[in-house]
Amino acid sequence: MAVEVRIPTILRTYTDGEKAVSGEGATLSEVIEHLEANHPGIKDRLIEAKDGQSDLRRFVNVYVNDEDVRFTGGLDTSVADGDQVVVLPAVAGG
Amino acid sequence: MLRIDQETHDAIVAHAKRDHPDEACGVVAGPEGSDRPERFVPMVNAASSPTFYELDPTDLLKLYREMDDRGEEPVVVYHSHTATEAYPSRTDIGLAMEPNAHYVLVSTREHGNSEGPVEFRSYRIVDGEVTEEEVAVVPTETPRSQD
Repeated sequence: MAVEVRIPTILRTYTDGEKAVSGEGATLSEVIEHLEANHPGIKDRLIEAKDGQSDLRRFVNVYVNDEDVRFTGGLDTSVADGDQVVVLPAVAGG
Repeated sequence: MLRIDQETHDAIVAHAKRDHPDEACGVVAGPEGSDRPERFVPMVNAASSPTFYELDPTDLLKLYREMDDRGEEPVVVYHSHTATEAYPSRTDIGLAMEPNAHYVLVSTREHGNSEGPVEFRSYRIVDGEVTEEEVAVVPTETPRSQD
């Protein structure tokens, strides 16, 4: 399954400046593993261990076809050929 | 240095005063790579808090799609502090994810919702390092009339 992954400015150091890269996988988790294989280090910027399990970082938003994955199964969200995955760090502070 | 026109500067200040005692937030978008803050986009602080701000994830996606479609980037990311000085907090520094942006901080601690001057300061925040920069407020260019 080929998907397009949109990369935010701050993570383009991992993608040679590319704004979008192609990804593969049947779930978001697989897409991220595939990303990591091609762009080592990027996974750690997206995922952290929470209670012994991997989860998206609190201040990273990921959308599959404009749906926030927090409402569609998180890392288990399924992706299909031609889907678009968007990664956006939160705009937040104190 | 941040160059920002008077009208946009005033709009940021007015937003901060209006939302006091909660923090206000938003961006000023501009053509990618131009370093020109041109399009004022006030956002809703989904946290509705005097000590935290965060864009709602749906609003965030909409904002970035819009900027993408227009070939823009967030030239300024602004928010207010309502009880402390206009200097990035530890949280601000930890969560600053736009290395090309000018982070504008406004403090409403002196006058709250009322008239009166506010602190308006700008910073670069890259890899946890804060660098304050000069702010130049320039007159707003008015479009020439047609006649």
